[in-house]
Amino acid sequence: MMDPLDRRLLDEFQRDLPLVSRPYLAMGEQLGISEDEVILRLERLRLAGSVARVGAVVRPHAAGASTLAAMAVPPVRLDEVAALVSAYPQVNHNYQREHRLNLWFVVAAGSQSEVAAVLDGIARQSGLAVLDLPMLEDFHIDLGFGLSWT
Amino acid sequence: MDVNGRDLELIGALSGGLALQANPFAALGQSIGMDEAEVLARLQDLRDRGVIRRLGVIVRHHELGYRANAMVVWDIPDEKVSEIGKILGAAPEVTLCYRRPRRLPDWPYNLFTMIHGRDRLSVERALAAMAEREGVAHYPRHVLFSLRRFKQCGARYGRAMAAE
Repeated sequence: MMDPLDRRLLDEFQRDLPLVSRPYLAMGEQLGISEDEVILRLERLRLAGSVARVGAVVRPHAAGASTLAAMAVPPVRLDEVAALVSAYPQVNHNYQREHRLNLWFVVAAGSQSEVAAVLDGIARQSGLAVLDLPMLEDFHIDLGFGLSWT
Repeated sequence: MDVNGRDLELIGALSGGLALQANPFAALGQSIGMDEAEVLARLQDLRDRGVIRRLGVIVRHHELGYRANAMVVWDIPDEKVSEIGKILGAAPEVTLCYRRPRRLPDWPYNLFTMIHGRDRLSVERALAAMAEREGVAHYPRHVLFSLRRFKQCGARYGRAMAAE
């Protein structure tokens, strides 16, 4: 269960992690708790799954290439094809969605050619067409995810 | 915008997340032979230049109770899409907003937005209210709710990948 300090940890530090030698100490000072407690709470939230990691969100394509891909998978083959897609380390999101195009995934890699090779590999292994929908323009200003605790 | 090889190594090393220990930037640098001062200076610079959009606690919507995840796609005339994209990208309901190519005849939509909510109904309400408020309700759109999440993790860019 989360208490008010957990919530503040999640709300107040999605951006602007202090870039200092001991960031968790600095966070603790803001919250009025010790460095050890910040670390323990983050570890607990990570194990519970509500924190993915303490890290960076990198602007798309600043440090590599990526695309969104979609496939129309026959329902009886969905588990099999989804597993095949997820097995690629370059795939970082993979969802079933409500549409004839029912499998949607993001491929991110060091280069455009590596992304293309992953899409080719998935098409070849599955025998299905893969729709490649690369980002053309990015409009979002990422301020983190505003959580409402209602 | 120039991102050099050392920056890429650093972004790659960071992609698995910062260690939960007292001196995480020193530990991060150690894995790629970079001292702590350089790690901090490069991260500051990458953040200032917008290469790193945000640095901090990255939450998982689903585990926090935001179970409904809708990819809302729009068919916007090409000459309007940048203008509408900026408007929706700034809307508080939207957590991602990208222009992508149409793939006719299979796929007529060229603007993608993501909306998270506690359940379907709250997403549908938020979407309808946003569409009215932002003046985009008349454009064709389609909502693709997620049914199952097979995989979700951070993107692994950079050279560290080559070693994995």
